[in-house]
Amino acid sequence: MEKLEFRFPAQPATPAAGAALCGVVGSGNLEILIRPGDEADACVVSVKTSARGFGRIWEAVIAEFAARHAAGGTRIAINDMGATPAVVSLRLGQALGEYTGGVQ
Amino acid sequence: MNAPHPAGAWDTRRRGRQQRLERAAALGLARRVEAPRVGELLEAVIEPGDRVCLEGNNQKQADFLSETLADCSPERLHDLHMVQSVLALPSHVDLFERGIASKLDFSFSGPQGGRLARLVQDRQIEIGAIHTYLELFGRYFVDLTPNVCLIAAHAADAAGNLYTGPNTEDTPAIVEATAFKGGIVIAQVNELVDTLPRVDIPADWVDFYVVAPRPNYIEPLFTRDPAQITDVQVLMAMMALKGIYAEYGVKRLNHGIGFDTAAIELLLPTYATELGLKGKICTHWALNPHPTLIPAIESGCVESIHSFGSEVGMENYIPARSDVFFTGADGSMRSNRAFSQTAGLYACDMFIGSTLQMDLAGNSSTATLGRITGFGGAPNMGSDPHGRRHASPAWLKAGREAGGPNAIRGRKLVVQMVETFREHMAPVFVEELDAWKLQESMGMELPPIMIYGDDVTHIVTEEGIANLLLCRTPEEREQAIRGVAGFTPVGMARDRQMVEQLRQRGVIRRAEDLGIDPRRANRDLLAARSIKDLVRWSGGLYAPPARFRNW
Repeated sequence: MEKLEFRFPAQPATPAAGAALCGVVGSGNLEILIRPGDEADACVVSVKTSARGFGRIWEAVIAEFAARHAAGGTRIAINDMGATPAVVSLRLGQALGEYTGGVQ
Repeated sequence: MNAPHPAGAWDTRRRGRQQRLERAAALGLARRVEAPRVGELLEAVIEPGDRVCLEGNNQKQADFLSETLADCSPERLHDLHMVQSVLALPSHVDLFERGIASKLDFSFSGPQGGRLARLVQDRQIEIGAIHTYLELFGRYFVDLTPNVCLIAAHAADAAGNLYTGPNTEDTPAIVEATAFKGGIVIAQVNELVDTLPRVDIPADWVDFYVVAPRPNYIEPLFTRDPAQITDVQVLMAMMALKGIYAEYGVKRLNHGIGFDTAAIELLLPTYATELGLKGKICTHWALNPHPTLIPAIESGCVESIHSFGSEVGMENYIPARSDVFFTGADGSMRSNRAFSQTAGLYACDMFIGSTLQMDLAGNSSTATLGRITGFGGAPNMGSDPHGRRHASPAWLKAGREAGGPNAIRGRKLVVQMVETFREHMAPVFVEELDAWKLQESMGMELPPIMIYGDDVTHIVTEEGIANLLLCRTPEEREQAIRGVAGFTPVGMARDRQMVEQLRQRGVIRRAEDLGIDPRRANRDLLAARSIKDLVRWSGGLYAPPARFRNW
């Protein structure tokens, strides 16, 4: 198990729900919980992952997510069981979609 | 000047054939040979150094004849030159290990790829070339004509007429080349019947047949369990449908056999229909009877399918849908690999398939170190045929995107669909293909590249679609590929500014640019989510093999 923490600037999100949960903790998959954060223009992410040594890729995936989406003002918790970057990006997009009610 | 034939001798092949037949007759072997005597027959009619075509298709295998040939005496039979499309069975490779055959010209080796590579390194085999199917069939009629062919059919009648059934596959091409150039045709059949359902190969092209001790082996190669399709594959399928199929109005096409394209097949009755695309895309196919296409057929999305071979479990479904499939008067399907490959090359507007590696020029390869697997038909389907002259909207649009409004020809759409990482986080996008190292270690004349980069028009990944037709320089092309290569080292090294410019020009389009909501990228969008769903869609006509049943 590895724990990673990231914080990236991002355009503020417009929440439509108090929180959004997406995905499941299963092999090759992950669970993402989005809740309101303390800083309107930052996306703060904590990752617990079963696969060690992929910190750089996590950082790149989350940086790209924050750059492409209005995801500011959020705290995102991730429980990962070896998901590929493709699955991580998709689930982040899906979770944010739930959180904002489709507005991105 | 050297005359190619000794003076006055213009029928050496015919006389050679006669001598071979006389040797068999001297042993008391007639047209119908009993299984235990097939080894004697092979040793009588095959000569050392002969070119022998052992029918190894994608699916149907002349396995009894192959095993019997492998058990022949290397003193009697040696230095055979095998010319066969697929090297699939252990006995195919045994021929080389046992010193019966020494040279190989082929197309695809699949599961035997590792053993084949070891034989090459140990110099127990000389590989002439790795071909595409059409290329090898072409050479059967030019410089690789078999002296003897060993084929598989479903049934024979007493006269020796053959019924190949739905898995006709390579048989007509092999038999035609052999029978009309002084060769010997030997068939194994599953059963002898009084009256055949239809005649696929006439008796006077067949010299010997044997009822094999067990039915020929058939591999269910094209069955993809919908339960294994992932949400990421659904996302990619949505992008492909909206960003390529709809944009170009692709009606005539071929699909690869992976899960990525199975996902597209399963979105035709749902997502594509919702987009109003029914009847506007995917109506005519060169395709094996993929079970995952059943929901689209049942929904009326598909008009016609011509197949290279059949698929295990589809035997009852196909005759019940004879408007869609090519079937005989008897009801069962007639496949033909040579014709279907020709259809895929010349009569389709799009090929979409997958690969294991792609470099920055768009070259793709399924070769990995220590394995020689070959290509099969992908390079035929996945290439732009410069011999094509008829127009279609999809072909013209692609041609004009590449060559401007005054382009004098169109372009076939050649689409590669891959997730950026394979299993164990192996990146698909690489600076250099393993094919180059394989070429070096195997002493090949060319690297085994499956689809050349200059034929590829689009790349679909979970990161979006790169339209290479719109790239104007090699640098743009490289950045377009890096731009959809995600978080692979190749993708991370992209020039962000240039990629953003390419995106503004529509060269790269991401899911959000296509108006795709990621929340819909969910397995629930698939028309079938299990093999059992496919059986239900077929009204019980599809009978999946046991290994795909969990009920």
